[in-house]
Amino acid sequence: MGNDGVSVSIRNLSLNFGAVSVLKSLDLDIQDGEFLVLLGPSGCGKSTLLNCIAGLMDVTDGQIHIKGRNVTWEEPKDRGIGMVFQSYALYPQMSVRGNLSFGLKTAGMAKDEIAKRVARTADVLQIEPLLDRKPSQLSGGQRQRVAIGRALVRDVDVFLFDEPLSNLDAKLRSELRVEIKRLHQKLANTMIYVTHDQIEAMTLADRIAVMRSGQIQQLDAPQTIYSRPVNRYVADFIGSPGMNFIEGEVVLSDGAPRFRFDGLDIPLANYQFDKAGAQAGQATFGIRPEHVAVNSGDDWPFSASVPVEIVEPMGSDTLVWSRLGKQALTIRVSSERAPRVGENVTIGFDPMNASLFDAASGDRL
Amino acid sequence: MNTTEDTTRRPSQLFRNLNAKVASIPMIMTALLVFLGGTVWTIVYSFTNSKLLPRLKFVGLDQYERLWSASRWWTSIENLLVYGVLSLIFSLVIGFLLAALLDQKIRFEGLFRTIFLYPFALSFVVTGLTWQWILNPDFGVQHIVRSLGWESFVFNPLYDQRIVIYGILIAGLWQGTGLVMCLMLAGLRGIDEDIWKAARVDGIPTWKTYLFIVIPMMRPVFITTLVIIASGIVRLYDLVVAQTSGGPGGASEVPAKYVYDYMFLAQNLGQGFAASTMMLLSVAIIVVPWAYLEFGGKKRG
Amino acid sequence: MADVQTLNTVAAGMDPAADQLSGPRGARPRRVLSRRNIFLYGTLILVAIYYLIPLYVMIVTSLKGMPEIRLGNIFSPPVEITFEPWVKAWATACTGLNCDGLSRGFWNSVQITVPSVIFSIAVASVNGYALANWRFKGADTFFTILIVGAFIPYQVMIYPIVILLREMGLYGSLWGLVIVHSIFGMPILTLLFRNYFSSVPEELFKAARVDGAGFWRIYFLIMLPMALPIFVVAIIIQITGIWNDFLFGVIYTKPDTYPMTVQLNNIVNSVQGVKEYNVNMAATILTGLVPLIVYFVSGKLFVRGIAAGAVKG
Repeated sequence: MGNDGVSVSIRNLSLNFGAVSVLKSLDLDIQDGEFLVLLGPSGCGKSTLLNCIAGLMDVTDGQIHIKGRNVTWEEPKDRGIGMVFQSYALYPQMSVRGNLSFGLKTAGMAKDEIAKRVARTADVLQIEPLLDRKPSQLSGGQRQRVAIGRALVRDVDVFLFDEPLSNLDAKLRSELRVEIKRLHQKLANTMIYVTHDQIEAMTLADRIAVMRSGQIQQLDAPQTIYSRPVNRYVADFIGSPGMNFIEGEVVLSDGAPRFRFDGLDIPLANYQFDKAGAQAGQATFGIRPEHVAVNSGDDWPFSASVPVEIVEPMGSDTLVWSRLGKQALTIRVSSERAPRVGENVTIGFDPMNASLFDAASGDRL
Repeated sequence: MNTTEDTTRRPSQLFRNLNAKVASIPMIMTALLVFLGGTVWTIVYSFTNSKLLPRLKFVGLDQYERLWSASRWWTSIENLLVYGVLSLIFSLVIGFLLAALLDQKIRFEGLFRTIFLYPFALSFVVTGLTWQWILNPDFGVQHIVRSLGWESFVFNPLYDQRIVIYGILIAGLWQGTGLVMCLMLAGLRGIDEDIWKAARVDGIPTWKTYLFIVIPMMRPVFITTLVIIASGIVRLYDLVVAQTSGGPGGASEVPAKYVYDYMFLAQNLGQGFAASTMMLLSVAIIVVPWAYLEFGGKKRG
Repeated sequence: MADVQTLNTVAAGMDPAADQLSGPRGARPRRVLSRRNIFLYGTLILVAIYYLIPLYVMIVTSLKGMPEIRLGNIFSPPVEITFEPWVKAWATACTGLNCDGLSRGFWNSVQITVPSVIFSIAVASVNGYALANWRFKGADTFFTILIVGAFIPYQVMIYPIVILLREMGLYGSLWGLVIVHSIFGMPILTLLFRNYFSSVPEELFKAARVDGAGFWRIYFLIMLPMALPIFVVAIIIQITGIWNDFLFGVIYTKPDTYPMTVQLNNIVNSVQGVKEYNVNMAATILTGLVPLIVYFVSGKLFVRGIAAGAVKG
């Protein structure tokens, strides 16, 4: 395992389709045994990046190393990868056993070795009873399990997942999510997982790479991405319901930074500014709905009275749509404490939990 | 960042994807040698005075002047125009009406469709010979009407120079309308069911829905059908040969037959090349605007 | 498509409760013999009869003796059924000097059609697969030329092909005609297969590549088994198209190797001798029989083949 435990290394990778550049000199190192999630909206290049790693798309520039070997121009089969696709991509006319063994047969592996590997994989995924069925006789969840098996049976170092759960319904999705996590804990292989679903990303990842138009915006542990997004784009993309954004400006009164908007004023004494420190200027103040307390009676650095406009019960939680100054504010409260429409409630929050972004660049302050 | 430790060599561009290129050789040969090369060849030789064998002796526009002064060519063009325009109109109208009738959730739809479409499976030769028999004045329709008591009844299109092309049209429509019906039916079925529901809720009469909503929505289907029929019409040959052999007295000649006769019977290749080039020109006039509209602005995703 | 329904409102009762019970309830009544249905089915049946008449006339004529034809009318069923015309059409009808009937043309057509169908579909399916899944630079250009070429009148390309075949020593032979059919079948078949293989999820192809399969392995083991219905469609298009061809047969073969359609035309339209209409009609039916059988057996797939010809790339 050369290269200091780096499993997949992407260096300066670019991909253009004609004049459109899909990946822009991207760098990424993925550690051995790491579960890395590529997260972003459709069209951000995450699937393209995965296809490049798999060797299914030719790159325009840059290099891809897997296990310390430069595989930039190698065939997919020679890269030591297995891949799981969104549409399962099972060979329809072959049985499950045929699907699992196709790659091994193609590689010219001995029959008894193939049988051994298929049996082992079927055991890991608990699909032995399905081995002689055709894909059309399987449910969606079973199909995806077989598709995972097809990657597993190749006994490779790196697994690539291309939105593997997107075609499943919500319940199956969460089941298989847990299963993939369990699989990762058991096998400890490197896994690269593409999704647009932030829940999948948060729950599965060791690290998340949030992508936007061919570039990685932030590469961090899920909790860091959630609580300290590097820019407004990441803050907006992660979290549901989304972060509240309040437009205003940072002012320095007597050296103490404050956020001023619509005649209101938030003290920023608790806020952790980055290296540059507090500077006056136009900014966006972001606070997540669950960080706003309602009628708590506690003493918050900032509190105000706001009207309740819409109430959305969601079971355990209730979303309250309100207005702070002239700007929309969503608050998540536990359902027992939900206010009624038309009431005025007192809210409070601590700017320590908030994020401040530069109004022009969107970068975190 | 760019380390130049190339562990693998980039495969040569020419041999990448080699199998796909080998598999495409027949297509490349056909496209370049036959379709492109053959067309250019014929156009070039249409300016020569080739007789029995192609010769590269250029005579300018002589062949075309001769072509356009030949009364047989004019008859051919006239016939093709009459046949073409009428068969376009009739097959589109009849085809659409039949499709609309079949689209009424009727019983035995499959049976009716099978009956309307079976002539399309038959060759033009078979079609032509069959209708030659039905339109035979001594035994066919005319004979029967007369034997019913209407002694002066006259309907012998295949022996009347003025109307012989309509006799061929009857056979052509019988053979080809099923195809149009099928295409139209596919188009009708492609229309969102909700459109019909909305029209029904709004209380719009069926015929109005067809006329103002459905037909405009089927524009692409109509255009495609039009192109298919039109490119078939230009090729009209077998039907005429089988039904009338161009007669009576050359009254049912068509361009395709003109080309064949001059190339292979009259041993006047140059004349045949000129005539076929004119056919190409007429097709281009139909197809190029369509292709431009259909594919011009579109790009692959 | 709103039916004109008669709402069956039974006379309302005295008290409102009864009124509610006796109002419209359950399925709406439909009259089988509504004006709409009479018009609809009447029209369809009339048109169907019109379409069937030629077939009927062919069959009854072919079963009559010549004396009966001269006397009767073409629509009347045969008084005395005879299969003599069929036997003669198949075995002894004359074209020029040959008097061995249509059987010669039939076997020629079989010898032309079978290899043409196999060869053209093999070439076009592999090619369509290459175009859909293994795009290479320039492929689209050639494909565009091919599709545009499908609209060029055959007459423009006839003579250059004569020269090409003569150079290859295949002019006048069955194999020459096989090549011609493969060439002219190529645009529609390639389009058909390219569109089909493009509709196969790309991920399936990618999965096979990750599994290490190459061009031919993916074609034979993954794509081919999946594409069987489209192969049937292609076979239908080609059998009917090639069997029904007249123009290429007349140009690229010699009298000895004439396909059935050409021989049929020569038998019926020969100017020598007395016209034997019953034999002619029997010969005509015999020639139309193969595509008719293909048509009736294939049913929906035939329609799909037609639609395939209409879909754009």
